Amino acid sequence: MLEIVFYILSAITLGTAFLTVVSKNAIHSAIYLVICFFALAGHYLLFNSQFLAIVHIIVYAGAIMVLLLFTLMLMNLDNDDETKKPLFAKLAAVFSAGILGLVLIAALRKAQPENIEYVNSGVDYQSIKVLGKVLLNEYQVPFEFASILLLVSMIGAVLISKKEEKI
Amino acid sequence: MDSVFIIEKSIIIVAVFALTMLMAMYSTWAERKVAAFLQDRVGPNRAGWGGLLQPLADGAKLFTKEEFFPNTPNKFLFILGPAIAMSTALITSAVIPWGDQIEVFGRKVALQATDIDVSILYIFGVLSIGVYGIMIGAWASNNKYSLMSAVRASSQMISYEVAMGLAMISILMMSGSLSLKDITVMQANDGWNIFYQPLAFLIFLICSFAETNRTPFDLAECESELIGGYHTEYSSMKMGFYLFAEYANMFISSTILAVVFLGGYHFPGMAWVNENWGINIGALLGFLTLFAKICFFIFFYMWVRWTIPRFRYDQLMHLGWKILIPLAVINIIITGIVMVLFN
Repeated sequence: MLEIVFYILSAITLGTAFLTVVSKNAIHSAIYLVICFFALAGHYLLFNSQFLAIVHIIVYAGAIMVLLLFTLMLMNLDNDDETKKPLFAKLAAVFSAGILGLVLIAALRKAQPENIEYVNSGVDYQSIKVLGKVLLNEYQVPFEFASILLLVSMIGAVLISKKEEKI
Repeated sequence: MDSVFIIEKSIIIVAVFALTMLMAMYSTWAERKVAAFLQDRVGPNRAGWGGLLQPLADGAKLFTKEEFFPNTPNKFLFILGPAIAMSTALITSAVIPWGDQIEVFGRKVALQATDIDVSILYIFGVLSIGVYGIMIGAWASNNKYSLMSAVRASSQMISYEVAMGLAMISILMMSGSLSLKDITVMQANDGWNIFYQPLAFLIFLICSFAETNRTPFDLAECESELIGGYHTEYSSMKMGFYLFAEYANMFISSTILAVVFLGGYHFPGMAWVNENWGINIGALLGFLTLFAKICFFIFFYMWVRWTIPRFRYDQLMHLGWKILIPLAVINIIITGIVMVLFN
């Protein structure tokens, strides 16, 4: 039963991800990406991690993609407006994305999940309580760094909008 | 045992679906009656007693009207828009506890479709996808007014979601759980949240108005500027879906307000009734209590609609970002300090 669900979800994920890249219309791309995010959230649910699935939907499908769609709709992109990129730039983009993927996979392979002791001790390690404890005990420094990163980008955005006002 | 479980849950889901639809239907009637009452008119009184058949007449009218398609290259997205709006309005009710347990044939049945660990996040998730219905539909209409309206609606909904979430955090700090059932049980034991968190209640109430696109924040349907808003190009039942989704959203947000701040199905003396009259009567009274609270909030929505004029768009953004969000953050800090001092 779960295997069938997994295969269906995987098919949707890969299919929509492919269509996101292929489709000509930018808005259609964005909508395919939203469906892809939902399928990914379904994968998280298969792992029984409800929190991650819901937060994934709120942040990616609910906030980021809405803003992206917003911009796309207002810009009203046509195929003619798109600048033709040289082949070299395309190859470089694919190469750098591949390198990034390699680094991520290498990092994840060597990583030691800190919550392994929670898994071994038999508590419901997907529940929000345990997740919060892991985040604020074992991963406190990266957690704070992430919040500083967000704060910096927020201040940057405010600064840019303020500067335009003066001119 | 498993099939009994599935049947039990199916009955609850269908009942909740029917209830939401019925409430949305009669909210349209109630809206006209309340408007008439506030403006010293009679209101609908031709179809049925007191106009009670008016929603059915409206439905028949919408179904039989001509289906008009604008000149758009995205016919599929044009149909998808109202479908998303309606679905997201209906799936929120899955996590709401409609009452305490009842006993049927010796089985204890909880009056709730599902009690997941992350109920509140689920509600916020559904709220955040609700924007797609408006955006996709309006963009596919191929009409500039519709697009402007959708941009207004979605930026308004995104802005107010932030304040709404922050207001909710102070409640979560007190309950220590994201499950609506746990929040209701906590309120039954310690008293309703509205007495502990009046500021969070006020912020949440205002944000609910913005999230459901109701007056005074119904800038998405500003007739004088935007013709009909995001559903300008829609006709027949597709427009009916948009209008219906608004009323269904209103019902659901009233329910969330009642569950989170007014104690849900809890009423004074619930423990005594459960002990002396049996839990079935207690659950029934609890459901009726919740229903009364919901009806009060729906009436409140209409009351405000016919009392307060529409905001200007910059005022709306000012209120959301510069007043409600800082207030919500201050409320979180105060809650934290009080919790540390008194525990």
